[in-house]
Amino acid sequence: MRKLSKSAEQKNTNNSFSTVGRSVKHESAEMHVTGKAIYTDDQLETAGQLHTAVGMATIASGHIKSMDLSAVKTSPGVVAVITLDDVIGHSDIGAVFPGDPILSKDVIEFYGQAIFAVAATSHELAKRAVALAKINYLESTPVLTIEQALAKQSFIRPPHTMKRGNSKAAIKKAKHQLNGNLAIGGQEHFYLEGQVASVIPTEDGGMMVYSSSQHPAEVQKLVAEVLAIPFNRVVVDMKRMGGGFGGKETQAAGWACLAAILADKTQQPVKIRLNRSDDMMMTGKRHPFQSHYQVGFDDSGVIEGIDLLLNGNCGYSPDLSDAIVDRAMFHADNCYYLDNVSITGNRCKTNTASNTAFRGFGGPQGMMIIECVMDDIALYLGLDSLQVRKANLYGIDDRNITPYHQKVEDNNLAKMIARLEGNAQYSQRRQDIAVFNANNPFLKKGIALTPVKFGISFTAQHLNQAGALINMYTDGSIEVSHGGTEMGQGLHTKIAQIVAQVFSIDIDNIKVSATRTDKVPNASPTAASSGTDLNGKAAQNAAQTIKQRLIDFTAQHFSVNSEDIVFERNIIKAGEQTISFVELVQKAYFARISLSSTGFYRTPKIYYDRENAKGRPFFYYAMGASISEVLIDTLTGEYKLLQADILHDVGDSINPAIDIGQIEGGFIQGMGWLTTEELHWNTKGRLLTTGPATYKIPAISDAPKVFNVELLQDSANRESTIYHSKAVGEPPFMLAISVWSALREAIANSLEGERKQGLTVELDTPATPERVLKAIQSIADKQKVAKNG
Amino acid sequence: MSDNNIQFLLNNELRTIVNCDPNMTVLNYLRQVLNRKGSKEGCASGDCGACTAVLAEVSCSTKATSEKEQLTYKSINTCITFLSALHGKQLLTVEDLQQGKKLHAVQQAMVDCHGSQCGFCTPGFVMSLFSLNKNLPTAKIYNAAAKDETLELSLEQDIEHGLAGNLCRCTGYRAITAAAKEACFTDDVDQFELQAASTISQLKAITATNDMVALHSEGKSLYIPATLDELANLVELYPQAKLLAGGTDLALSVTQGMAQIQSLIALGNVNELTQISETEHTLSIGAMVSYQACHQLLTREYPEFGQMLYRLGSTQVRNAGTLGGNVGNASPIGDTPPVLIALGAKLVLRRGQRTRILSVENFFVDYKVTQLEEGEFIQSIEIPKSDKRKQLKVFKISKRLDDDISTVLACFYLKLVDQKIVEVQIAFGGMAGIPKRAFLCEKALLGKTNCPETIAAAMASLAQDFTPLSDVRASSEYRMQVAKNLIKKCFYEISQASTNVETRVESFSVQRAFNA
Repeated sequence: MRKLSKSAEQKNTNNSFSTVGRSVKHESAEMHVTGKAIYTDDQLETAGQLHTAVGMATIASGHIKSMDLSAVKTSPGVVAVITLDDVIGHSDIGAVFPGDPILSKDVIEFYGQAIFAVAATSHELAKRAVALAKINYLESTPVLTIEQALAKQSFIRPPHTMKRGNSKAAIKKAKHQLNGNLAIGGQEHFYLEGQVASVIPTEDGGMMVYSSSQHPAEVQKLVAEVLAIPFNRVVVDMKRMGGGFGGKETQAAGWACLAAILADKTQQPVKIRLNRSDDMMMTGKRHPFQSHYQVGFDDSGVIEGIDLLLNGNCGYSPDLSDAIVDRAMFHADNCYYLDNVSITGNRCKTNTASNTAFRGFGGPQGMMIIECVMDDIALYLGLDSLQVRKANLYGIDDRNITPYHQKVEDNNLAKMIARLEGNAQYSQRRQDIAVFNANNPFLKKGIALTPVKFGISFTAQHLNQAGALINMYTDGSIEVSHGGTEMGQGLHTKIAQIVAQVFSIDIDNIKVSATRTDKVPNASPTAASSGTDLNGKAAQNAAQTIKQRLIDFTAQHFSVNSEDIVFERNIIKAGEQTISFVELVQKAYFARISLSSTGFYRTPKIYYDRENAKGRPFFYYAMGASISEVLIDTLTGEYKLLQADILHDVGDSINPAIDIGQIEGGFIQGMGWLTTEELHWNTKGRLLTTGPATYKIPAISDAPKVFNVELLQDSANRESTIYHSKAVGEPPFMLAISVWSALREAIANSLEGERKQGLTVELDTPATPERVLKAIQSIADKQKVAKNG
Repeated sequence: MSDNNIQFLLNNELRTIVNCDPNMTVLNYLRQVLNRKGSKEGCASGDCGACTAVLAEVSCSTKATSEKEQLTYKSINTCITFLSALHGKQLLTVEDLQQGKKLHAVQQAMVDCHGSQCGFCTPGFVMSLFSLNKNLPTAKIYNAAAKDETLELSLEQDIEHGLAGNLCRCTGYRAITAAAKEACFTDDVDQFELQAASTISQLKAITATNDMVALHSEGKSLYIPATLDELANLVELYPQAKLLAGGTDLALSVTQGMAQIQSLIALGNVNELTQISETEHTLSIGAMVSYQACHQLLTREYPEFGQMLYRLGSTQVRNAGTLGGNVGNASPIGDTPPVLIALGAKLVLRRGQRTRILSVENFFVDYKVTQLEEGEFIQSIEIPKSDKRKQLKVFKISKRLDDDISTVLACFYLKLVDQKIVEVQIAFGGMAGIPKRAFLCEKALLGKTNCPETIAAAMASLAQDFTPLSDVRASSEYRMQVAKNLIKKCFYEISQASTNVETRVESFSVQRAFNA
C-alpha cells in the first residue's frame, strides 16, 4: 500500500526570526506564484523593439556553396539581416578554446548551425523571414556517433589518462576477470525558459544586455569582443533564469552576441528568444558516452585492478568538453577504492551541436561505468550488489587514495549507507521483493542502493574565486550584489540568510540585486555547485567588513571595548547600552562611516598537476546514498519507480528546505536522464526530438509515491566552508543511478529458475521501456542458450 | 454575415476582440496584446503547461432536482488555444488570483510547501491547482481522507491527473504534490465564488443573442457559428476552411509549423455538437464533446476506456480536445480510434442537410486521409453500450506514463463462453498508417479455446496483420514485440481470478472513489 510521501522539515510555518539553518522560503516565491516574477522575455518592450530569428544549417557536415538572402531581406517586417561579414570584432566565441563561430559562411559542422540572423518587428515575422533563405550546400558525410569518431580518430582535444599502480598486471593476476561496455545517452537541459537575451544600445556605443545566463561576465566579454569595444561599455544584467542546469553556462552568450550585433547595426533594442525546437536543435546537451571496462576482482568482489576507457561525444567544438571529460574521469571511481587503476578519456568530435555543461558536468557519466561494474561483479558472483559496493568503498585510514592521488578525507560513506539501509529496511524489502517476484508471472521488482561522492571545486583553478558588493542604506536596508546567478537553486535566498546572519537582522532587510557586471566584475559562472560556497563567502566577507566598521564606530561612540559589542536580533548591545540596528546605521552615516563594501573569496588548498594527473583538485567531497525500488512489466518493458529513500550530506545546511528541494529535483532529473529522456537523430544528423511531445522529461506520476529524503545530521563540513555547509546543486543528480541499477536488478529477477552464473544484464541508457524489454528478452535468450548448451 | 465580435470576461472586465489575427493564440494575446506576462511560453505545443490559464463557463448543475446555473472551471494550454475559445467565457490567469495582498489558497500552499524553484513553470502549476481545487470535492471530504487510505489514494490520483500536464524541471514534484494536498484541504471561499452570480449574468449576456461570431483580420477569417445549420452552410461555403474543435493538434501547425490558416470554423458554440444522449443501446456523443465531458459516461460504460482516457494528453488537453477531433484528425496514433473501432462505433456525418452513417473502422482510408467528403463534417459518434458478456481490454504503451503519445495502443473486445472465444474485435494504433483492425489475429482466435497454443498462434499472426514503422518513439521491432505480448497480457488478465496480483505498472487496480 502506498504511503504519503514525506520529507524532513519542509513546511515553512515559522515566521519568526529567520537566519542560517532555517527553511526560509525562496526570496521570489510570492512573485513566482503571482506571476509577478520577471524573466528576460517579460520585460516591458520599448519603442522600436525588434525581434530576432536565426537561420540554421540544414545539413550536418559540408560547405555553403551559395547563399541568397534577398527574399529574407524583403520579407514583411524585416529591418536588418546579418551574416558573418557583419561581425566587426571577434567572430569566434569559443569559451576556452576557439571553435565556435558565431555565424558560419563556409564550413558547416552540425545540423542547426547558425548562418545568419534577422531582426524584424515581431517574433513571428522574424521567424517567417528566415524560412525564405535559399542556401545551397556541398554536403559531406557527417561523423555522428562515437564509434565513427573513434574509427576516424576524430578528437576535439587530445586524450588524457590518469593512473595509479599497474592495472594490466593486477587484472591478469586476479581470480576473476570481467569486461563490458555501456552506452550512456545524452540529455537535453529542458530549462522551462529557453535561451533569451534582450539588448539595448547605449549612448557611448556600448550595450545594455539582459541575458538569461549563468555567466554574465562572459556574456559581457563576448558582446564586447564581437563589437570590438572595451568590456566597460557593456553591462549585463541578469535577474533570474527559468532554469539553467549548465545549459546557460557558455551557450547563452551567442544569442546575446547576435542580438548585440543587430542592435549595433540598427541602433534599436533587439530581443532574441529561441523557440523550443530551435533551442533544442541548436544548443548542446549532456555528453553521450560510450564507456568500456576491464576489471579483475577476488571472490568477495573486491576490485584488484581496473582499466576504464571513457569516450565522450563532444559534438563539433571544444566548448567545455576538455573539463567535462576530465570530470567524468575524476568520478569514474565514485565511492570506490580502485587499486591499480588506469582511466583514459577520449574527446570525440562529431557533427552534432556542441555538447556542454549539464548538472554533474561529466561526473554522472563517469560514475555510471563504475556502478555498472559493481552490478556486473555482483551478478557474476551471485552476490547482493550492495555487498560488493560495501566491499569496495574507500577506507578511512587506508585504501583512501583516488586515481588522481587525492586523499579522501571526509569519508562518511559507510556510516551513511548503514543508516540508509536500516531506515529504508533494505534487507526486509529485498525479501519481500523475492516473494512478490515468485508470485507474479509478468511484473517483477528490483531494488538497489547506490552511493555518490562528488568533488567540489572548479577543476579550472582560477574560477574558484568570487566577489560581492554590499550597500547599506540609511534606513538599515541592505542591497547585496554578488557574482552568482539565480536559476531557481535558491542562491539569493541563502546569500540573504548569510548577510542577515552576519548582522543578526531580519532577512526582510536584505535584498539581493540582479546579477550585474557593473556591480561585481569578472565573476565566475554559477556552476560546479559552487554558487553558495564561493559567493556566500564573498558576501560574508563584505558584510564582515561593514560590521567591523560599525563595531569600531560603536566602540568609540559608546566608549566600550569592541569585545563587549554584540549584534543580536536587530539590536546592538554595547556593554550596558543598546541601540537598534537602524539607529546605529543612521548614526554611523552621520559620523561619515562608509556603509558599502566589496568582499572577495578564493578557495584554499586546491592544486592540480594535470600533466601528471596528480593533486588535490577538490576542496572537499559531497556525499549521499539512495535506495530505489522499481516495478517492471516483463511483457511491455514499462516500469515505475515505487519508492526512493535518500540520505544526503550537505554539511550544516544553510537552508534545509532549499537543500531538500535540490536533492529531490536533482534525483528526478537524474532519473529522467537514465530512463525516459531519449534524444533521437536521423541518419543525416538532424535532431528529431525537438520538443516535449517527443522528448519526455519526468512528469508528476514519475515521481515515486514514497519519496523520503533525509539530510545527514551533525555533519559539519570539516573544511571551513560557509557556515560549514556543503555544495548541493549537482551531487544529488547522481543518486538516480540507483533507479537504473534497480531496473537491472528487476530485469535479472525476470529470469525463471536458477540463474546461470556469469549472466550479464546489458542496459544502455536511457533505459526506455523498449530497452528494458530488449534486455529482458536478451537475458532470457542467453539463459536458454546456457541451459541448452 | 453577422459581424458580432468575440467577447469574453478578462477576470471581471468585458473584453471585445477586434483587429487580431484569427490565428493568434490566447497566450500571444495575453502576452503581446494585453501585456500580461505571468503566463509563460515553455514549448508552444501544449506539452509543458507553463502557459496554463483557466476558462470559466456557465453550466447547468447535473442534479435533476434543482436546475441551477453554476460556473465550471477548466484549465487550458493557452499556447495552443485560438481566440475563438474565449467567446462567452471568463478567462482567469495567474494575475487574477491574488486579492490585494492576500494570496489565493493555492498560491499560499505553493509558497508554504516550497513548491517553486526557478518559478517559470509555477504560474502554470498555480492555475492547474486552481482548476483542480475548483473541480475536486470539498475540503470536508478530503479531511475525512486523512483517515481513510482509499480516499487518500484517490486524492493522490486526482492530483496526478490534475497536474500531469505541467512539467517542472527543478523540484522533482514532491513539494508541488504537497502543496496540492494542502490546497485541497482548505475551504476558503474565494472571490470567484463570491462573484459567481454576477459573473454568470455577465457571461449569459454575451451569448444571449446566440448569433454567429466572426473575426476578420490580415486577410484571415475565423467563424464561430451558433447552430448546426449555420455550421453546415459554412462548411459547404468554405470547403477549404479548417474545422476547429479542441485545436490541440491543429494549433501546432501554426505555433510549430508557422502555417497561416486562411479560414477557421470553430465548432465550440454549436450547441447540438456539445450534447451527449443515450438510448437503450447507444451512446451518442456530439463531435464537440470534450474528452473531459464524456469521461464519466465512458468510464461508467467501459471502465477500461475511461482509465485509458486519463492517460490521453493531460487535463488541459482533455478539457479542450474532443472525441470528434480525435477521429477527424485521423492520426495513426490517436488514442480513441482503436477503441472505437473495436467497439464497433459509428459516425454520423453531415453535409448540408444530408446525414449519413459510417463505421469508424471504414472512416480511415490512408495516413491522414478519411472518407470525409468536401463540405462534410462529423456530427456525432455513436458508441454501442457495453455488453456485459463481453470484455474490453485497452493498453496504452508509451515512453512516459503521463501526457505521452502512444507508441502502441491495443484494444481487445471479446466474448468467451466456457473458455471458448466466440466473439473478438482487435484494433491497434501505432502499428500502421491508420488505426486498424487485426483481422488475421482475430481469425486465429475466433472459435478457439483460450490456451497458450491459441495465444501463440494469435501472436504469430500479428506479423501478417502489421508492418509497423520505426520512429522517435520506438523501433518497428519493439512495436511488433509489444503488440504481440499485449495479446498474452490481455488473456492473462482475463483469466486472472486473484485481484491481489497486479498486472499493470500504472496501478489500474486502484478504484477512484469520487467518480460520481
